Amino acid sequence: MSKILIIAEHTNDTANASTAKCIQCATEIPNAEIDVAVFSDNGESVANEIAKMDGVTKVIRIEHDANSNPMAALIAPQVISISKGYTHIFGPSTTFGKDLMPRVAALMDVNQISDVMEILDSHKFKQPIYAGNAIVTVEAPTTVPVVATVRIASYRAVGSSGSAQIESAELDIDLPSHSRFIGIQAATSDRPDLQTAAKVVSGGRALGSEENFEIIYDLADSFGAGVGASRAAVDAGYVPNEMQVGQTGKIIAPDLYIAIGISGAIQHLTGIKDAGTIVAINKDAEAPIFEVADIGLVGDLFDVVPELKAALG
Amino acid sequence: MEKILVGLKRVVDYNVRVRVRPDNSGVETDGVKMSINPFDEIALEEALRIKERGQAQEIIVVSIGAPEAQQQLRTGLAMGADRAILVETAEAVSPLMTAKLFLALIQREKPGLVILGKQGIDHDNNQTGQMLSALWDRPQATFASKLEINGETARVTREVDAGLEVNEIDLPAVVTADLRLNEPRYVKLPDIMKAKNKPLDVITRDELVTAATADIQPVTYEAPTEREKGVMVEDVAGLVTALKDKGLL
Ligand SMILES: Cc1cc2nc3c(=O)[nH]c(=O)nc-3n(C[C@H](O)[C@H](O)[C@H](O)COP(=O)(O)OP(=O)(O)OC[C@H]3O[C@@H](n4cnc5c(N)ncnc54)[C@H](O)[C@@H]3O)c2cc1C
Repeated sequence: MSKILIIAEHTNDTANASTAKCIQCATEIPNAEIDVAVFSDNGESVANEIAKMDGVTKVIRIEHDANSNPMAALIAPQVISISKGYTHIFGPSTTFGKDLMPRVAALMDVNQISDVMEILDSHKFKQPIYAGNAIVTVEAPTTVPVVATVRIASYRAVGSSGSAQIESAELDIDLPSHSRFIGIQAATSDRPDLQTAAKVVSGGRALGSEENFEIIYDLADSFGAGVGASRAAVDAGYVPNEMQVGQTGKIIAPDLYIAIGISGAIQHLTGIKDAGTIVAINKDAEAPIFEVADIGLVGDLFDVVPELKAALG
Repeated sequence: MEKILVGLKRVVDYNVRVRVRPDNSGVETDGVKMSINPFDEIALEEALRIKERGQAQEIIVVSIGAPEAQQQLRTGLAMGADRAILVETAEAVSPLMTAKLFLALIQREKPGLVILGKQGIDHDNNQTGQMLSALWDRPQATFASKLEINGETARVTREVDAGLEVNEIDLPAVVTADLRLNEPRYVKLPDIMKAKNKPLDVITRDELVTAATADIQPVTYEAPTEREKGVMVEDVAGLVTALKDKGLL
């Protein structure tokens, strides 16, 4: 049997969508018993939410003032303190999990698997490498725990008809004082979250300015879509970094992805490989984005986008 | 601080369209252009800027891998690093082993800061910096887009999914570079000539770490499933119809 510990990602009030997707991944391991750890300063509502997620046996609450804003250097030793007996420790392949899980693995003196996209058996997994240009099947040693991050775009969220038990774990370790959280600058928007939105509209370098990027927001808002961008648009300052889609930004899998004025560099495409339908709008008929687009339209975005918005509105 | 240690990994150039070998034994690297991992180049640029501000005296670039990685180290020296160390090994090196080798070098060199790229664009693992700081029992600041050194501490802005997070960490520490930390300088010809005379030490892996780690083994490589070629539409009306046909509107 496999005993799996999942490190929940959450906002202190609610679970991040990545948590339910990690759980889905873990349920694909044969004979798995799944526990979820919630590190927070007050994890009651998050623990209650996760206890309802299908497939979870137990939710473990680990409370500490230092957990109000998670820092890998502080969470990792806490993970170790409850890790005994688990065969697998999983976290999401979001910036939270990418930051934390290798630190956990190193403290256990084991290697880590990044971006699990398919479970073949309890110790055999598929993961993308080279910006998704190759998929490697890897086999983890059975003599040590498997520590891995889960490529959340590869999994659906589990349902919420469960009723797991909730436990509190006491911490009797000293946490380091060498790392301090100062603050976070996060854009607040009413738009659907890029990582979970069913529909996403993205803009590229072609938009030319922050002001011009407004037409992308307008289009997205006309049918309730999330908004993303290419690296070039972020680098140029048209939009903030959290909107970047791609190898080094967010990996997303919406039902509909509309790429506007984006050329389709491999680093961008790796972020949208799992999208249901890709639409490309670009004035260059030779742009590589058309090779992966399900629907392509050659045209000037400054004509097409307002026209499309009018047609939808 | 006296020294900054920077990692430079030799990887397939980011412009190369990587292909899986027909026998599924790996990706094709024969005759393919190799470069410094782009994130590592950014890491080195940041170290050079810290030195140019008078906040560090010596920049040491380190590569772990085949003898050919000397090329990337020479490029690093041409960019401005003071000296280079190649940890030579013919075998694949896991992130955990890489972290252990860096730790052994840290014990020799006692740097005030280690800057690595946030991920290698070959295996996309995004692990080494985190593992190194864990083994070293020091702070980590990953995905850095801004780094300020203030005496014994550093203030780091990190690109996280929610936005920009600011951490303060005590030094020494490990920082991993994200894309927007800086734009690396171009190497000029006279610098390439000068770099030829800078020290480049070659040591073997076994001189630093003898114990093996339980490694994750690759079994087989495959190409990703290609998306099927779609349709082109003439105009916005055609696009709207196509979207409706798919039930997306
Ligand atoms: C290590 C590394 C990591 C990277 N990670 C990422 C990543 O995560 N995400 C990412 O996106 N990129 C990433 N990149 C960058 C990537 O290689 C490309 O440079 C980037 O995606 C290009 O962005 P773009 O398509 O907006 O710009 P461009 O490539 O400049 O394309 C602009 C497109 O707009 C079209 N256009 C221009 N004007 C109009 C108009 N009026 N109407 C319609 N179309 C128009 C042009 O024909 C062109 O196709 C990475 C690069 C490296 C080296």
